[in-house]
Amino acid sequence: MTTFIAITVSGLALGAVYFLISSGLSLIYGLMDVLNFAHGVFLTLGAYAGWAVAQHVPQRGPAFVLTALAAAAAGAAVAALTEIALIRPLYGRPVSQILVTIGLDLALVGLLLGGFGSDSRPVPVPGWVSAVTAIGPERIPNGDFAALAVGLAVLAALTWFLRRTRYGIVIRAGAENRDMVRALGIDVGRAFTLVFAIGGAAAGLAGLLNSVVFNSALVDPEQGDQLLIFAFIVVVIGGLGSITGSAIAALLVGLVQVYVTFYAGHGAGLGQLGNMSVVLLLAAVLLVRPRGLLGRAA
Amino acid sequence: MMRKRVIAVILLAAAVAVPFANLIVPGVLPGPVDILNSAGTLDVLGLCFVFGGVALGYDVAFGFTGLLSFGQVLYFAVGTYLLDIALSVWHWPLLPAVAVTLLAGLALALLLGAVSLRGSGIAFAMVTLAFAQCGYYLIEDNPHGLTGGDTGLVMSTSRLPAGLVGVASTRNLYWLALAFLAGAYAVVWLVTGSVTGRVWLAIRESERRAEVLGFRPMRFKLASFTLSSLIATVGGMVYLLLVGTVAPSSVATTTVTVSILVMVVLGGAGTRWGAVAGAMVYVYLQQYLLKIAAEPSFASLPGPVRVPLSQPDFLLGAIFVLFILFAPGGIAGLAARFRRGPVEQE
Repeated sequence: MTTFIAITVSGLALGAVYFLISSGLSLIYGLMDVLNFAHGVFLTLGAYAGWAVAQHVPQRGPAFVLTALAAAAAGAAVAALTEIALIRPLYGRPVSQILVTIGLDLALVGLLLGGFGSDSRPVPVPGWVSAVTAIGPERIPNGDFAALAVGLAVLAALTWFLRRTRYGIVIRAGAENRDMVRALGIDVGRAFTLVFAIGGAAAGLAGLLNSVVFNSALVDPEQGDQLLIFAFIVVVIGGLGSITGSAIAALLVGLVQVYVTFYAGHGAGLGQLGNMSVVLLLAAVLLVRPRGLLGRAA
Repeated sequence: MMRKRVIAVILLAAAVAVPFANLIVPGVLPGPVDILNSAGTLDVLGLCFVFGGVALGYDVAFGFTGLLSFGQVLYFAVGTYLLDIALSVWHWPLLPAVAVTLLAGLALALLLGAVSLRGSGIAFAMVTLAFAQCGYYLIEDNPHGLTGGDTGLVMSTSRLPAGLVGVASTRNLYWLALAFLAGAYAVVWLVTGSVTGRVWLAIRESERRAEVLGFRPMRFKLASFTLSSLIATVGGMVYLLLVGTVAPSSVATTTVTVSILVMVVLGGAGTRWGAVAGAMVYVYLQQYLLKIAAEPSFASLPGPVRVPLSQPDFLLGAIFVLFILFAPGGIAGLAARFRRGPVEQE
């Protein structure tokens, strides 16, 4: 019983990381119909930016917040640049937009491998981040709580932004009917860049948190591409374009993955059983309900 | 039409003759020595042919039928791994091993194709991706010690015919890879030129219209998917014989699917020779750039030049992005523009 709670918290933390990645993917797809394959490298670059900044800051107390801000800022900057330089010239050609993000991912991961090699690098973090908290007999890593807190904060901020602000309303209207919004004299192009920047910031945070919480604080050039596949799965299960759907699916996928890995995989000696159960879950959901949990009907 | 056939025959004859051409070609060969029929160069050319055929197979589904699958690597992996397991773990002779691998690839393509084609667009892409990832995880988990897990599985040559082993094998394997490409090309040429091929194009342009015309899109899409996958399985078998070893990172990850997709788009999706040319350029550049990066003079270049140039993936990704932005028809599109003069953009 004691491990059950720790495993559950770990699954929720993993779900929070998935949510951070998939919320951006889902927003971008909802507004622009672009399935962004470069999202994986956005989160890797975020993790590297966090690593670079943390080198120069004494790691005490709230220094981790600075590391996280650097990761988010780097993710947002790269994503906004991508939208302006590569996605914008290809409006009206959705397949080309997907392909260009594939090429960008290939090129940037190659560049990171060239610059840093395939060895991972440790991100310095303050002691409290890597410590564990004892709750009764349970020992739960603080990193899990940090990931959960960031995930919840981003969910709340995104919900508020989309419901209550002018830009949020433009984005939701654009997702419904882009041409109508444009006809009303509103610059949808700016909303596109903004959505990419928001998604990139969340991805950067996710990259850093994934390193710190699930990869012993190591960053490596290829971490994004592995996570991206699970983020796609989350987005599709949740329903393309739905933030709430992404949040529910992220928790579901995170929990299924850790439960299966821990309770079934270890015993059978199959380390990948958890991953396998998640992709089968995707296939099952799509075959029963092709638009996902909360997606709009096609 | 006639002209195309003449060109095809001349190219094929030239390719068949390469192992006899003891020519010194300085600077451009991907092998370690500058001799055209050296083992290093023949190996790389063989790899070019294998991926040429596999890319052509992918083009059948993607370019000709409009099915964007992210799971092509699964069928390639079935070809490499199942043949390897049959030869090296079960110690079967070559022919039964090939036959069983082919049947397994066919059955898997029909089964998973029928399931994943229930969705279309992004849903289809994601279900194919999911199945391929499943295969990858299975290989990584090394069930019953069959796949060798992360390290892969070296092919045992004990049951192979003499012509495929030892010094003389380089030429024979080169010809085998060439025969695979030529065979795949002939099949794809025939099928895409037939009524079936026209229906595929109709489905690509508008599935609903094809359905209204009285065709059943599901059957045609499944046929396209199966042919595409089967070519990948055969390509996987040739790859195994050529390379002699398999590892998940080189034959089973989604990265391989992405490379195949990049090859097809780089060459020109929906064209036969374009897909083949894209794959040959891709594999050649990858190998050639690795050779350049390993040369001693390369290390003396300043960092900002050396680091990007040492990564074929960076250069190929960047070239790919430039093609998407400025030449969306790929190499075949550029050639057509060159022949006809500048054409208006879409």
